[in-house]
Amino acid sequence: MSDQSADHFSHHIRRYLFVFYALLFGTLITVAASYIPFGNRAMNIAVALVIAICKASLVGCYFMHLISERKMIYFILAFTTFFFAGLMFLTLWSFSDPPWHTVTH
Amino acid sequence: MQASTHAIPHPHVHEEHHEEAGFWSKYVFSTDHKVIGIQYGFTALCFLFFGFCLMLVMRWQIAHPGQPVPLVGPLLETLLGNMAAKGIVSNDLYNSFGAMHGTIMVFLAIVPLAFGAFGNYLVPLQIGAPDMAFPRVNMASYQFYVLGGVIMFFSFFIPGGAAQAGWTSYPPLAVAIPTDGQTFWLAGMVLLITSSLLGAVNFIATVIQLRAPGMTWMRLPFFVWAQFVTGFLLLLAFPPLEAAGVLQLMDKVAHTSFFLPTGLAVGGNLANVSGGGNPLLWQHLFWFLAHPEVYVLILPAMGIVSEIIANNTRKPLWGYKSLVYAVLTLGFLSFIVWAHHMYLTGMGTKIATFFQTTTMIISIPSVIILSCLFISLWGGSIRFNTPMLFVMAFLPMFGIGGLTGLPLGFSYSDIHLHDTYYVIAHFHYIVAPGTIFALFAGIYFWFPKATGRMMSEFWGQVHFWASLIFMNLIFQPMFAQGMAGMLRRMADGGANYSTAKVPDAIGGLSPHMMGLHTYILWAAVGLAFAQIPFIFNFFWSIHHGKPAGSDNPWNSTTLEWQTPTPPPHGNFATVPHVYRGPYEYSVPGHATDFTPQNQPD
Amino acid sequence: MDIPYTVEARPDTGLYNAKVGIWLFLASEVMLFGALFSTYILLRVGAPEGFWPHGWLNIPVGTVNTLVLITSSITTVMAWASLKMNQFGRFKFFHACTLCLALTFVGIKSYEYHDKFMHYEITLKDGRIADGHLVKRTADQVVISGHYVEDRKELFDLRAGGPPHEHTEITIPQAQIKKMENYGPWHTTYLAIYFTLTGLHALHVIGGAIVIGFLWGPGSKLWKTDPDRFTNRIEISGLFWHFVDLVWIFLFPVLYLL
Repeated sequence: MSDQSADHFSHHIRRYLFVFYALLFGTLITVAASYIPFGNRAMNIAVALVIAICKASLVGCYFMHLISERKMIYFILAFTTFFFAGLMFLTLWSFSDPPWHTVTH
Repeated sequence: MQASTHAIPHPHVHEEHHEEAGFWSKYVFSTDHKVIGIQYGFTALCFLFFGFCLMLVMRWQIAHPGQPVPLVGPLLETLLGNMAAKGIVSNDLYNSFGAMHGTIMVFLAIVPLAFGAFGNYLVPLQIGAPDMAFPRVNMASYQFYVLGGVIMFFSFFIPGGAAQAGWTSYPPLAVAIPTDGQTFWLAGMVLLITSSLLGAVNFIATVIQLRAPGMTWMRLPFFVWAQFVTGFLLLLAFPPLEAAGVLQLMDKVAHTSFFLPTGLAVGGNLANVSGGGNPLLWQHLFWFLAHPEVYVLILPAMGIVSEIIANNTRKPLWGYKSLVYAVLTLGFLSFIVWAHHMYLTGMGTKIATFFQTTTMIISIPSVIILSCLFISLWGGSIRFNTPMLFVMAFLPMFGIGGLTGLPLGFSYSDIHLHDTYYVIAHFHYIVAPGTIFALFAGIYFWFPKATGRMMSEFWGQVHFWASLIFMNLIFQPMFAQGMAGMLRRMADGGANYSTAKVPDAIGGLSPHMMGLHTYILWAAVGLAFAQIPFIFNFFWSIHHGKPAGSDNPWNSTTLEWQTPTPPPHGNFATVPHVYRGPYEYSVPGHATDFTPQNQPD
Repeated sequence: MDIPYTVEARPDTGLYNAKVGIWLFLASEVMLFGALFSTYILLRVGAPEGFWPHGWLNIPVGTVNTLVLITSSITTVMAWASLKMNQFGRFKFFHACTLCLALTFVGIKSYEYHDKFMHYEITLKDGRIADGHLVKRTADQVVISGHYVEDRKELFDLRAGGPPHEHTEITIPQAQIKKMENYGPWHTTYLAIYFTLTGLHALHVIGGAIVIGFLWGPGSKLWKTDPDRFTNRIEISGLFWHFVDLVWIFLFPVLYLL
């Protein structure tokens, strides 16, 4: 492993540092964006979540090497994503679909 | 006994160069998957027996409410005090026993036996691996399980007794009951879930990474496939319940209101809580686990059944690929059917339609599996030994359990049947004469591998026939009771709703329906007696059973039979090479009627 | 027979055992936090209009903590890369930084917890509500630094704009107090989910720090005998650490900003 040349890795390290700066920047604009009214609350939530997803992707792809991971890991994560989405979506859906003929007095 | 024809030499002396391990590191803190499997198996069988005893006491109370329990009544009073004053099961004690019977049977008996014991012992052997991928994690998994079990067991003896809100622990009731039983239950569950998660990570990683050379995915024995899918179900379905358990624990201990709605009244007074919580959220998170859990209970059983069918029909499983794809589909779909347990919670028609549809779709892979197993029998020269008898009974019993589930999957018929004895009969048919029969079959079948001795065939058959008859006598009447409208979880067995008490009540339970309780009680006692031959057979055969005569007494093809008996530490002397699929029985032109997977062409 | 692929990758999957193991574990963690996020959404959607807190947490403090955790992620990556480049000294330096940052994070978090536990909402018998941080508490009176409100709703959205509340020292006789409750998890469902999510996250931070601390200290002896295996261990613990960071990336805006 000592043959892993420092040259080869300095390329990686530059990339890691770039990601690091991007994450710092992302944090600051998340905070800044929360002070800007985008019309309504839902819009602000959407903006914050989009930034969070971008940051999370950077961590996942580069720090956790998902950008160049093996197929088996992708399989496992694809399953997980599916069930994660199922848990979130179906639970929320069932609360947004109350019975039609709710008795109200 | 036919000598097995395989290539691996038998170094029975293999163990000698290992340093002699002490008792503690060899049997208690072992990292060997076989020892851990046996530990799991023994502990789980103890819990299975304990859960069964709880049920016997409950059946007495249902059949004869308010009368002292014969024989064990004084014991209950000594151990539990006021909860069982004069040997009579109080309503609170009945609720405790009911909740703990379910919890113990599902989380402490069947899953550890099917997944922890059989999976641990057999999966590495069947894929030709020396051990699990993470032996120390494996040991930790067993220790968490024991710890969780101990907490559950001791909760019976704290003031107020064990959890009383049913194995489903629905809030607000579960949180509102003022005793500490529920807190113990939650703490125990968090430990049990952690144990299962560690086990699941280990199983999946083992199957992915440690398959022997040549053991391709489509050469895996079906048992391994079943355990692999089970591992994924545990891995991804248990965490939401762990989260829910933590939330309910917060409700119980830190007085939060995750599951407590605004305006909650307990005992007629407004509860001192912040409110704003959502009781239904618990049900969603609980059933998100507990429906896949149903498949955790049944898939390993199906795996055991298919191994034994192929071996005892002396022919390949019919439709191996269909079985594999069916079990994968089953695992996949089992995550999106959970709310069919919740049709009566005020669910809208759109979402109910979605869950009814997925529930009907998931029955298709189940039927494919059962059909493949039935068709596998066709044209085989079947050996009717004890394991095969249990397996032959599993097929129709699972069929009854599965088909009676269909009316529960439709919201309009479920409205009538929900929470009645019909539901009890339905899922017990799947788990008791279904899964437990398969587990018995597995014990009889793999006993010679673990001990080198056979269990008695005669007493095995006595055990089988008596169990089969009494199981059906117990659960068959419950279908009738449930359709007559008898609700579950009533400490008096429904006496309050009987026509004997209120003669003119519409839908009151008839004396005939109430009378069935007595028959069920005696059938349950009969089932208890039917287990005596098994218990004696099991312990006697460890040292005095008929020697198996070879490492492969059933003339089986899979790898676990191609090692010394019992398998040494490290399982195989040399890395086994796999040349063929798992079920090459009766290959035309071959000298014997079985071709082990590691036999070269 | 020994267990294969503990260090080198299995040819057909291209992975060593622990890599598969940690990703499976992280998959289960995704489901764990997924369930808790669902809980958050449902509680928030279910809260009556105007009664979901906004701006209850200190944003600068939260931002600093986010930066601390992100920085600890880059030092973790650098520690692993140093080992890959055979620079053990640099590894020691970077993971020492990681450990310090982890402790900083936990320290800041406990300051925030303390702040919440010292914050009281006091309902008076005349219907007014006093809200503020506890200064002194004796047998017959309570002193807080805060303000009075007429309507409890005013306490919920602190970022709605308008003039900020003047904080003064308020002395309330015990006899006038109807209900006095601090901002613990029992106070509202928002605080309940805040304490549960951040508490569980903090447990992950502490657990990760213990593992990294072990590998940095006594565990680093393995570098001399089996450097490849040691590098793998650093990679695995790093993956866990990044996951903890990733969870926080969502927790921060969800709990502090929105």
